[in-house]
Amino acid sequence: MDAQHLTLIYLIIAAAVATFATRVGGYVLITQLKHIPPRIEAALNAVPAAVLTTLVAPAFVYGGFDVATSMLVAFAVGLRLSSLRMLLVGWIVVMVIRHLIL
Amino acid sequence: MNRDEFREGLRGGFPIMVAASPFGALFGALAVDNGFSIADAVFMSAAVYAGASQMVGIELFGNNVQPWLVVLSVFAVNFRHVLYSASIAKHIRHFTLVQKFFAFFLLIDPQYAESERRAERGLPVSFSWYLGFGLIIYFPWLVNTAIGAVFGQLIGDPKAIGLDVLLPIYFLGLVLGFRQRDRFLPVVAASAVASVAAMHFVGSPWHVSIGALAGVLLAACLPQEREPGEMPAIEKEA
Repeated sequence: MDAQHLTLIYLIIAAAVATFATRVGGYVLITQLKHIPPRIEAALNAVPAAVLTTLVAPAFVYGGFDVATSMLVAFAVGLRLSSLRMLLVGWIVVMVIRHLIL
Repeated sequence: MNRDEFREGLRGGFPIMVAASPFGALFGALAVDNGFSIADAVFMSAAVYAGASQMVGIELFGNNVQPWLVVLSVFAVNFRHVLYSASIAKHIRHFTLVQKFFAFFLLIDPQYAESERRAERGLPVSFSWYLGFGLIIYFPWLVNTAIGAVFGQLIGDPKAIGLDVLLPIYFLGLVLGFRQRDRFLPVVAASAVASVAAMHFVGSPWHVSIGALAGVLLAACLPQEREPGEMPAIEKEA
């Protein structure tokens, strides 16, 4: 096993431990703490949307016309339908632009 | 173990397993595309078992982001589980220590949501039911990862068949899933602007931490409306 692959294995194990920690953490905390300060709670509450947005916005801005268009259409679909349909529609849009238009 | 309740759990988890299957396959295909072997992909699904964070992990790993930042990002994306495990505590207090270990390992979004719903309806959240519900989702998740990974290796240029847009759209769908939360729009706006600016001025992978920090700090600084201690709405993953 080469060094890079070993890094990957350790990375996966660390990710698994970190994930398990989040799944146990609340139980451990709640049995200790009486209540969470509202500002901390608000900050924690914002974490997932904040992290995920950083994986979306730059792709939209720097991804090029085809990616941006496909994401816009998927966004419109996602307001109403499931994320699986978003993926399907977004994928169709990008394929049409790449193979039929450009 | 109570067989009837275990079977009830299997039945309850079945539709969620079906809905999650394409995402397992998608993860497998993208993992291979980002330098994972088939075994690596299945190992990650088996050990982490948290779809969205696995996608984040392979995306960052594929971009040669520093390992500690990959782990931190996985942790950040899964941070909502802290709230789940805090809120589920009162329903699973009667589990033994070993049972709790398995329960927390399997605590994905729908598992949490269904446990809360079951308790709400006055039905027992027994370990048999919980395990049945969890395992019917867990094992197919591994199989689907393997299937996706096998097909992913056959794919040459992911751009030609449009694979590269799937992750941003998938994450966009997850972001939309949080839109009922307090302060959603200001948080997303702050993170979007900060991550785009950071990508331009600092470069990848720092756009992730800088952008996320902007949204989180804003949420802490905005006026607090909600009563303390109230649990936020659950969002469904995938």
